[in-house]
Amino acid sequence: MSILVDERTKVLVQGLGREGAFHAAQCIAYGTKIVGAVKPGKGGTTQDGIPLFDSVVQARQEVNPRATVIFVPASGAADAILEAADAGIALVVCITEGIPTLDMVRVHEYLKGTRTRLIGPNCPGIISPGKCKIGIMPGHIHTPGSVGVVSRSGTLTYEAVGQLSALGIGQSTCIGIGGDPIIGTSFRDAIELFNADPKTDAVVMIGEIGGTAEEEAAAYIQEHVLKPVIGFIAGQTAPPGRRMGHAGAIISGGKGTAAEKMAAMRSAGITVVESPAEIGGAVAERLAHGAEVKPDAIWTSGM
Amino acid sequence: MKIHEFQAKQILKGFGVAVPGGSVADSADGARAIAGQMGREVVVKAQIHAGGRGKAGGVKIAKTPDEASAVAAGILGKKLVTIQTGPEGQLVRRVLVEETLPIERELYLGIVLDRASAAPVFMASEAGGVEIEKVAEETPELILRETIRPGFGLQPFQARKLAFGLGLPAASIQQAAQFMTALYRAFESADASLVEINPFVLTKDARLLALDAKMNFDDNALYRHEDIRKLRDLDEEEPLEVEASKYSLNYIKLDGTVGCMVNGAGLAMGTMDIIKYAGGSPANFLDVGGGASAEQVRHAFEILLSDKNVRAVLINIFGGIMRCDIVATGVVEAARTLGVKVPVVVRLEGTNVEQGQQILKESGLNFTVANGMKDAAEKVVALAK
Repeated sequence: MSILVDERTKVLVQGLGREGAFHAAQCIAYGTKIVGAVKPGKGGTTQDGIPLFDSVVQARQEVNPRATVIFVPASGAADAILEAADAGIALVVCITEGIPTLDMVRVHEYLKGTRTRLIGPNCPGIISPGKCKIGIMPGHIHTPGSVGVVSRSGTLTYEAVGQLSALGIGQSTCIGIGGDPIIGTSFRDAIELFNADPKTDAVVMIGEIGGTAEEEAAAYIQEHVLKPVIGFIAGQTAPPGRRMGHAGAIISGGKGTAAEKMAAMRSAGITVVESPAEIGGAVAERLAHGAEVKPDAIWTSGM
Repeated sequence: MKIHEFQAKQILKGFGVAVPGGSVADSADGARAIAGQMGREVVVKAQIHAGGRGKAGGVKIAKTPDEASAVAAGILGKKLVTIQTGPEGQLVRRVLVEETLPIERELYLGIVLDRASAAPVFMASEAGGVEIEKVAEETPELILRETIRPGFGLQPFQARKLAFGLGLPAASIQQAAQFMTALYRAFESADASLVEINPFVLTKDARLLALDAKMNFDDNALYRHEDIRKLRDLDEEEPLEVEASKYSLNYIKLDGTVGCMVNGAGLAMGTMDIIKYAGGSPANFLDVGGGASAEQVRHAFEILLSDKNVRAVLINIFGGIMRCDIVATGVVEAARTLGVKVPVVVRLEGTNVEQGQQILKESGLNFTVANGMKDAAEKVVALAK
């Protein structure tokens, strides 16, 4: 199975410039049902065989997409998210990197009380292998299976997925939650969905320095998750106070270090590997030993 | 992006935040002239992007214009070493010559993003003039916090709450609340990532001013703040990092011996980690981003190799959309053009990986092909010894 997106999901593209058009074509080639794209002023025409619409609302009325993927440049991306939410789109995947932080603070507030789930921004997207690819990840390294992957990174996720596929371990859904400090879907949110998916048997979480999202996820996992969880935290060697590429990857005021995250995750029973090359192997080992029984968790999670 | 204290004060003044009177000088004579104009005791403050200037001798009182000149001469053109600059220190090119104030109380105000609540938080503390991080760790109850509701800004009632919480005299509450709301307006309008007033001062004659001001800005928002972007001081930044940013390369210099070139920030951090895990020391973080063209790779090599500590280089590229044979061709071309002599370990993954590896092996250059990150890390660490 999979979470959030599958072979039936209809997808709208917001932003069909050079990047957007290239990746839309790649998604279509993968089998994703792209039903249109928004280009204000070009509604009624087509580009590369994709029907164009003037607005998300117009597209919603005519082709009823369940999800949109945003490639709009940073200066207009927050507005694109709001437009999609206002039109009632259930899933918005924002690939765009470089959105001002205070724009995302406002987006985050706006989305409260709407039916929209945002993934990203600054993320590679979401893929349910064999069914639906929404984003820029290389489809061919993924194989369908039962391990859920959630990550703040792009290429580091592909590294983990590559290791899993090479070991014959397929993936149910891989979600890139993005590298920014304010994002729409957290580790905890994604893991809650994986936990409820009967066809996801284990979860891989790939975190990095900055913020407390991994610690929050660990607390949730401790209380509610019996499935094996394997983790890696990038940035164990990162110096404090420096932004390591991702806007959200910064150790600030002594907080957000890899060591703290790894400790919190281990306390919650997550298998945390120190080397990124060991992710696949650790998953294989946990799967071989089956789901562990956590006596306390059975009593507290209402089972 | 960081700016100097005097620039932060200028910006804040524009938003109605009270700051002491003063001007900037880049010479001892200039300092004398300003002190002469002000006709009173002044404080001469080194302008560098790091904190801890006072303890390091970079902030000194001068009672006369001649003294101001002597003090400035002792600071300008010299390296100031503070707890935040590192042992090399930072060259001081300018000083701020400012009126001294009759200080009654030193407090702390700060605004920063609280990721957990996805909103800015306005902090205030009676523990002003000291390291706020120490206060946060040892006596967190001394820090008052008000979370900003996005779209509303800092409400006057929140500012009054903080002002009363700081134990300010009744007669100063209104003024303090106005100061704080103006400070938040500056933070939001300028797309700051941090604003810190430490110390926020109540004078003996009941004035409230920002004795020091620090403002950091969200790099992602600079495109819409041309005036702030112009304040960037390249002299305060690491030269190799400035060079890298010209080519949209994300580079951070560290102090190890293994140079790394990777596509993607997470994978780049993971590569640094695995080098350490294999017993080596990363010389840098370098994310070449999505476009590892021959030109980009050449710029990346040039920057990596400018660091004389680098004894070996690891290139780790996970080509998703990017084909490995194209990457390999680019790497070979770049290395040949530059005459790269240090050993280079290349680990490629993704589309056309075998073709890519073949191109590297047949190049006749000092390339070692690795399979997987573990193999790559072990090989490069051995070569860097």
